[in-house]
Amino acid sequence: MVSFLTNPRSFMAFSRIAAPVLGVATACAFALGLYRTFTVPEDALHGDTVRMMFIHVPAAWLAMFVYACLGVASLLNLVFRQALADLAARACAPLGAAFTALALITGSLWGRPTWGTYWEWDGRMTSVLVLFLLWMAYIALRAAIDDEARAARAGAILALVGVVNLPIIHYSVYWWNSLHQGSSTFEAAKGDALPPVYGATLGIMGLAYLGLFGALWLTRIRTEVRLRRIRAAALRAAED
Amino acid sequence: MFDFDYGSYAPYIWSAFGITAAVLGWMVADSLLAARRAAAQAKAKGLEDDWA
Repeated sequence: MVSFLTNPRSFMAFSRIAAPVLGVATACAFALGLYRTFTVPEDALHGDTVRMMFIHVPAAWLAMFVYACLGVASLLNLVFRQALADLAARACAPLGAAFTALALITGSLWGRPTWGTYWEWDGRMTSVLVLFLLWMAYIALRAAIDDEARAARAGAILALVGVVNLPIIHYSVYWWNSLHQGSSTFEAAKGDALPPVYGATLGIMGLAYLGLFGALWLTRIRTEVRLRRIRAAALRAAED
Repeated sequence: MFDFDYGSYAPYIWSAFGITAAVLGWMVADSLLAARRAAAQAKAKGLEDDWA
């Protein structure tokens, strides 16, 4: 399986089918998720602002998940010198940065009517801001180094150092006093779990975000493979 | 059914959904346009024949 996905030729054949199929499934999940988002009853405590949960929480999940993907791809590139892993790492960076920006912006817009403030320098919000800065640093570092091998190595090291921020984000609401609530999904304390009508909608939107990332990641890796192949052909032509 | 009257929360809710739609739309457009450009470049250089 791993060798299948690390071979550019078989990856291109696989992703040619997988990306559009995932894209169609994602569109269906978004249609259903958005329908439910705007038709679920308002929450007794949060009122209609609860609808923002269905776009904020999946963005936050994806911000962390995509960074974990970046970490795995960086590790594969650093240890096993997998060229495709490097392309995968590079391809996911703009997507991860976008999901993180969305988590910050939608969280801030949800915070104002709920907490009375757009921003608070508490553990959760600050650690997610650090995640966004890590994405920016990764993108800038890769763009700043002309030599592709050196850029890949430097980017991989930065990405792996940044992985330490993921457990900090996750546990920040338990380690420090925070305006941000604890988990109301997978690790919810008894009585804090979401009602099924909200949980199902959040699950569908989570799958839609995940599918969108999957389809776009495959598409962007395909683009990176093509661009590298074009550069290699140009180099060969210049040498001849 | 649908009830889009969110009262005093409306500016926050619609801003959040609007920004989300714009960012997700950018992600899709940027990925597809870049893919299209790269495919066209590869085709122009005759590199697409043996690759899917």
